[in-house]
Amino acid sequence: MSLEPASPPVVPQASHFGSDAAREQAAHVGMWVFLATEVLLFAALFTAYAVYRVDYPETFRAAREHMKVGIGTANTYLLVTSSICVAFAVWSVRQERTGLATFLLLCAVVLGLGFLTLKGVEYAAHVREGALPGRWYALEEFPRPGASLYFTLYFVMTGVHALHVLVGVGVLSVLTVQTAWGKYSGRYHTPLELGGMYWHLVDVIWLFVWPLLYLV
Amino acid sequence: MFPPANDPPRAHSHPAVSYLDSERTVWSWLTTHDHKRIGVMFLGLLVFMLFLGGVFALALRVELLTPGRTIMSHEAYNRAFTLHGVIMVWLFLIPSIPSSFGNFLLPLMVGAKDVAFPRLNLLSLYLFVLGAVMVVWALVQGGADTGWTFYTPFSTSTPSEVLPVLLGVFVVGFSTILTGLNFIATVHTMRAPDVTWMKMPLFVWGIYGTSIIQVLATPVLGMVLLLVAFERVAGVGLFDPARGGDPLLYQHLFWFYSHPAVYIMVLPGMGVVSELVCACSRKNALSYRMIVWSTLGIAFVGFFTWGHHMFVSGQSTFGVGVFSVLSMLVAIFTAIKVFAWVGTLYRGSIAITAPLAYVLGFIFFIVFGGLTGVAVAVASLDQHWHDTYFVVAHFHFIMVGASLMAFLAALHYWFPKMFGRRYPEGLGVGVAMLIVFGFIATFVPQFLLGNMGMPRRYAEYPERFQSLHVASTAGASLLGFGFLAILIYLVWSLRHGAVASANPWASRGYEWMTQSPPPPHNFHEVPRHPDGPHQYDVPGVPHVS
Repeated sequence: MSLEPASPPVVPQASHFGSDAAREQAAHVGMWVFLATEVLLFAALFTAYAVYRVDYPETFRAAREHMKVGIGTANTYLLVTSSICVAFAVWSVRQERTGLATFLLLCAVVLGLGFLTLKGVEYAAHVREGALPGRWYALEEFPRPGASLYFTLYFVMTGVHALHVLVGVGVLSVLTVQTAWGKYSGRYHTPLELGGMYWHLVDVIWLFVWPLLYLV
Repeated sequence: MFPPANDPPRAHSHPAVSYLDSERTVWSWLTTHDHKRIGVMFLGLLVFMLFLGGVFALALRVELLTPGRTIMSHEAYNRAFTLHGVIMVWLFLIPSIPSSFGNFLLPLMVGAKDVAFPRLNLLSLYLFVLGAVMVVWALVQGGADTGWTFYTPFSTSTPSEVLPVLLGVFVVGFSTILTGLNFIATVHTMRAPDVTWMKMPLFVWGIYGTSIIQVLATPVLGMVLLLVAFERVAGVGLFDPARGGDPLLYQHLFWFYSHPAVYIMVLPGMGVVSELVCACSRKNALSYRMIVWSTLGIAFVGFFTWGHHMFVSGQSTFGVGVFSVLSMLVAIFTAIKVFAWVGTLYRGSIAITAPLAYVLGFIFFIVFGGLTGVAVAVASLDQHWHDTYFVVAHFHFIMVGASLMAFLAALHYWFPKMFGRRYPEGLGVGVAMLIVFGFIATFVPQFLLGNMGMPRRYAEYPERFQSLHVASTAGASLLGFGFLAILIYLVWSLRHGAVASANPWASRGYEWMTQSPPPPHNFHEVPRHPDGPHQYDVPGVPHVS
């Protein structure tokens, strides 16, 4: 339905004057800013955790004993390993080794799914024990206000994080398929790099959540 | 009428295809990636929201005409002021200038063909629509009665429709974050070769400073709103003292966003004014660098002032003192700007046009509102004025007086650029004066009311306050007429206004160096900007005849 008269053609692709380099730089700036917003999103939760830990130090310490430290630690290993896989995948695409990159990305996806599975097992255990927050809270051995808040924060922090893992697994799956199709090479791999950055952030956030909820 | 000195190079003149008529289907608008079309669609939505919020404002003023019940129940009054606040703050003021004029002008002003992420830009428009629909849906369901601040534990226990409003604001917050992210990436990476950091138009600096605040503060608001929603649904007790939670934590997290949000509303307005004082007085900006650094200064200090909303919440005396002093710092940066604007206007070649009339209104409101801001930042005075109409009048001076003046100034100044038509100038100036007068008549009585002890959020009041309330309502009705008049003559001008040249204000701003309205991709080749955007002291500068 274009009513355009005969004039210099408007090329839909040419939305910027900038070179490919400028576009790649824009993508990186955008991703870094986005990651900053993600950090601040979690910052509100970390603040809440700090406040209630000061309010109920004893209860928080006691409730922490209730955590499945084994599962949490296993999950940390899974996530860090998958993050390393992604880092190596980006490196191998730069070296034009697409096959290796596809394999590494696939490993990362599987490890991410492993994380979610373990998380699900852990959640199921908590639900059985009655550690759900709010009106469903049923753990008799812990005093109600502090411990209920602890489990609320546990579910919200790990829940929001698990949502990020889920998104990350989705992103990595798409990137795996695209890498297998040979979309990325040593010359062009910006989406892969950005997806990798996101996955590293998910990893880094867990590296703060895990000690706070399971170890301290 | 005006010399075409800044017109685009004649070599490229061809039957002018503008972004408005390159494609005409509705579908082409709904799926566009063109920042100009997205900006215009935002403008339409925002004007509608302003209308909606304004209707609630007038309803409130009518209710307050008499000391007792006038037109609505107390419950309806609570819901009306909540929706007035929610709609005005989140659906109008925060996105007003950045999402509409920022979207339209920022790429033009930095010499880019579009923003860095055009598809993300369209997504941000749809997120805004989604959020607005959720809020309006809550309104249809009966509305919320918490006030726009959603203070806990009331907001987690009231039976009114708080949930859709919370989630709607959360979604609109996402829209703001994406827009800010897009602008930051655009300013960093898409500037034309001539547009160095210190040759960037001051409006772009204003939008850039705003974007930084949007990106850093909004996620915290988003999370805390989600937590309140979670608390309503599951009763988890994070902010409910009866369950061991802490309502002050909510206030801290909320104001960590919502105080900087004031600067999200004001900084773009300051950008508009910085831009317009140069164009309307035909002079270089007095101290471009100071205007830029004070923009960044406000963006920075704005993050350390939230505690002044909580002076009477029982925080430590030390905390009160620190927040008091930090809040006053904002006044210093604002004063730098005001001096720069007044200095720019001083001995300039001034013609009173509608944009300039609004700019003068802005300067008056920002000075008056800013000085009362310093007054309420003094903890001892705030004890007296806290939660009275004094505070209401103060923040309306800043948020509505200043931000809305800037919005109207921008609307009139860039109208020819956006639509290629001019509005009737004499009428514009007349209505501008009506509006500035209406504001003063509406809110000066409220300062007096607050000082006499009239608390905010009350539907009933003692009889001795009535005369001032009547005066305020009279002013508000003048405002209502003024806005209606603007709407009518601007819509009329869309079709019947005089055709505008490429640069009807003879401005040096970069956005005027392309045709009006601009072609779909802004420029046909990389634009060259040998002079700065506010430079009027070079030979051969165009001037208004």
